[in-house]
Amino acid sequence: MIAGEPFEIRPLEQFELHPALGAVGHAVNFTQSNLFMVAGALLTMALLVYGSRPRATVPGRWQSLAEMLYEFVHGMAVDQIGPEGKAFFPFIFTLFVFVLMGNLLGLIPFFFTYTSHIAVTGALAVFVICLATFVAIRTHGLHFFSYFLPEGAPIVLAPLIVMIEIISYLSRPVSLSMRLFANMMAGHMILVVFASFVVMLGSLGAVGALGAIIPFGINIPLIGFELLVAVLQAYVFAILTCIYLHDAVHLH
Amino acid sequence: MSGNGGLPHRSFEDRLNEARQRQGLDTPQPVKTATGASGMGSGLRAGVELVSCEAVAGAIGWGLDRLLHTLPLFLIIFIVLGGVAGILNVWRLMPPPGDAGRDDKRVP
Repeated sequence: MIAGEPFEIRPLEQFELHPALGAVGHAVNFTQSNLFMVAGALLTMALLVYGSRPRATVPGRWQSLAEMLYEFVHGMAVDQIGPEGKAFFPFIFTLFVFVLMGNLLGLIPFFFTYTSHIAVTGALAVFVICLATFVAIRTHGLHFFSYFLPEGAPIVLAPLIVMIEIISYLSRPVSLSMRLFANMMAGHMILVVFASFVVMLGSLGAVGALGAIIPFGINIPLIGFELLVAVLQAYVFAILTCIYLHDAVHLH
Repeated sequence: MSGNGGLPHRSFEDRLNEARQRQGLDTPQPVKTATGASGMGSGLRAGVELVSCEAVAGAIGWGLDRLLHTLPLFLIIFIVLGGVAGILNVWRLMPPPGDAGRDDKRVP
C-alpha cells in the first residue's frame, strides 16, 4: 500500500512466496511455505516429546493432549481400515498432523498457510493415491483390476462401467487436493477482502470509521469458522485417506 | 404425559428401537462417509467431486484426441462419462435419504 495511490483490494498477494531466511533462503529458495512446514513439524515433535515425558498414569494437560491426538488418529486408522490399519498409522498420523499444522498455523497473523497452495495439497494427494494403488496391487496382484467392475453389474455394460469407474478412481487425487486447497485459499481470501473493507471504510472519516466496525465484526466469527474448517479439512483429508486405503486393502 | 409410563429405565422410544432392530427393520447405516454434516461442507464436497471427475475425464478425452487426432470425438465421450462418474461419486458419498442401508447391488 503506497501513500497517494488509490487503495486496491489484492486478495491473492498473501499467497505469493518469498525467500524466508535471508541469504540462505535466497540461495536455496527456502520460502515462507517451507519455513512454516518446518515450524509445524517442530511443534508437533515438541508436543509429542514433551507430552510423553511425564509418563503419568493420570495424565496432565500436555500428556493428555498428546495421548488424545495419538489415540484419535489410531482409532480412525484402525476403525476405517481394519486391523491392517496399524501398519498405516504412522503415515496417517504424519499426514493428519502436517495438514492440521498447515491449516492452523495460517490463522495466526503474519503466518503462512502452506496448505493453501495446490502444489502442496496436490503432492500430498498424489502421494496418497499412489500409496493406495501400490498397496492394492501388492496385496491383490492383478485381481486389483476387478475393482473397476463391481459385482452385480450387468456384463453387457462392462466397457462403459469400467471406464466410468476408472474416471471415478482417477478423480480421487484431484478432488482430495482441490478440496483442501479451495477451502484454505477461499477462507484466507475472504478474510483479506473483509479486512480491506475495514481499511477502505476507515479512511473515509468518522462515519466511515464507524461503518468499518461491520466488516471487522464479520471477520471475527469468520476466524472462528476458519478454525472449524481448518480442523475439519484436516480430518476429512485423513479420513478419506483411510477410506482409500480400506478400499485398497479390502474391497479390491 | 411422562414418557416412561412407570418403567424403570428404558423409554418407549428405546424399546421400540430395540424391537425394530431385532426385526431388522432399521438396518444400521455403515459409517463410511466422512463427516459431511454441515450443509455447506457436504455441498462443497459434492461440487468438488463433480468438477474433479469432469476435469479428469476431460483431460483423458483431450489426451486421447491429441494422440489419435480425433478431436473432438473422445473429448465429447469422456465429458459425458465424466459427468456420470461425478454423479456416481456424489451418490456414493451422499446417498439420498431412504436409500442407505437397502441392499442395492446395482450401485455398490
